[in-house]
Amino acid sequence: MNKQSNIYTIVYIIVMVVVVGAALAFTAMSLKDRQQANADNDKRRQILSSVNITADAADLTQEFDKYITGQVVVNAQGDSVGSDAFSIKMEQQVKVPADSRLLPLYICSIDGSTKYIIPLYGQGLWGPIWGYISLNDDASTVYGAFFDHQGETPGLGAEITKDAFRDEFRNKELFKGDRFLPIAVVKAGLAPTTGEDYVNGISGGTITSKGVGSMLDECLKPYKNYLEKLRSK
Amino acid sequence: MAEKINNRSVLFNPLSKNNPVVVQVLGICSVLAVTAKLEPAIVMGMSVIAVLAFSNVIISLLRNTIPTNIRIIVQLVVVAGLVVIVSQLLQAFAYDVSKQLSVFIGLIITNCILMGRLEAFAMANRPWPSFLDGIGNGIGYTIILVIVGFFRELLGSGTLLGYQVVPQWCYDHGYVNNGLMILPPMALVVVACIIWVHRSYNKDLQE
Repeated sequence: MNKQSNIYTIVYIIVMVVVVGAALAFTAMSLKDRQQANADNDKRRQILSSVNITADAADLTQEFDKYITGQVVVNAQGDSVGSDAFSIKMEQQVKVPADSRLLPLYICSIDGSTKYIIPLYGQGLWGPIWGYISLNDDASTVYGAFFDHQGETPGLGAEITKDAFRDEFRNKELFKGDRFLPIAVVKAGLAPTTGEDYVNGISGGTITSKGVGSMLDECLKPYKNYLEKLRSK
Repeated sequence: MAEKINNRSVLFNPLSKNNPVVVQVLGICSVLAVTAKLEPAIVMGMSVIAVLAFSNVIISLLRNTIPTNIRIIVQLVVVAGLVVIVSQLLQAFAYDVSKQLSVFIGLIITNCILMGRLEAFAMANRPWPSFLDGIGNGIGYTIILVIVGFFRELLGSGTLLGYQVVPQWCYDHGYVNNGLMILPPMALVVVACIIWVHRSYNKDLQE
C-alpha cells in the first residue's frame, strides 16, 4: 500500500480524528459526574472558607449543611426571587446587566450570629478571579473574605489567595453613613478620595489587585437594595 | 535505524550530556512560566514526564503507519488528546492537584520538548527505547525546572515549597527579598548560569 498517497492520508486522518474524538468524548462523559461532584464540593469549601471555616473533604457536605442555614436569590431591586443560590453560576451572571441579574446570597449562622455570604467574580491579569465575601448581621461590616484565581502569577497576583491579603478585609464597612461604597483596593500608602474603606493592593500584582477592586465594585453594587433592607430590619 | 540503540544511554544521556533544556534548548518557555515557585515546577515536571513517556510510546507504535506529510499533525493530536485525558482524570480523581496545575496542564501541549522528542526520537525508534527516552528527557527537564525554581523561590520570596526558610533575623538586619527573581527574565538568567556551569564542566559541549 502506498502510504504517501492522498487517499491513505485522508483516510488516516479521518480514522484518527474519529478515534481520538470518541476517546475524549468517552472520558469526558464517564467522568462528568465525579468532576461535577468535585467542583460542587470545592464550591462549598470556598463558601465556608469565607467565614473562616476549614473543613475536610470528607465531611464537607455535612459542615456546609450545618453552617449554611439558608440560601436566597435576590434581584437588584432587593426582592427575593428564589432560594436555590448554589446552582447559580456567577460567571454567567456577571455578563448580564446589573439590574436584571440573579443575585445569590448564602445565610450562614456561626455560634448564634448570622453572616451573609456574597459570591464575587471578575477578571485578573491572566484569567478569571473569584471569591466570596461574608458580612456580619449589620449587612455592612466584612466578617471574612476568600479569593481564588485561575492563573495569576505565583508570588505576585496569586498572593490574593493568601491570608495576609484576605485578613485585610476584616471589619471594613460597605456602608459609610447612607452611602454604599464597596471596598477599594489601592496602592500601599494611598487612600481613595471618596472616603470609602480600603485595603492595600499587592505590590507587583497591580493588575490583579485592580481586578479585585473592580470585582468588589461590580459584584456588590447590585446587592445595595437588598442589603439596605437587611439593615433596616 | 542502523546503529544499535543503547537503552542505558537513551535513559541517562538527557540528564546531563544531552539535557533537553540546557543542551537541546527545548522547553525554555515553560521554564520561564512555572518556576517562580518550587512547587508548580515540580508538579509540571512530573506531568511532562508522564505525557512525554506515553506520547513517545504511542507515536513509536504508529511510526510506520503515519504518512510523512501529516506527521506533525498526528503528533499534535496525540499529545493534545493525552493532555486532555490527563487533565480530565485529574479533575475527577485528584481535584486539588488539577486546581494547582490549572493552566500548566494545557501548557504541556505547547512544550517544545514533546514535539522535539517525538520528531527526533519516537518517529525512528521502537516503543521501549522511546519510552525510556521520554522518561529520561522528562527527568532532565524536571531537574532544570527544580534548580531554577529553587533559586527563584529562595531569593525571590525567602521560602521553599511555601515554608519560610530565610529567618526573620535576616529581615531585621536589612535583608530584602529580591522581587526581580519572581519576574520571568530572571528565569532566563538563572538558566544561563546553569548552562555556564554545565558547559565549564563538560568541555566537549563547548562550541
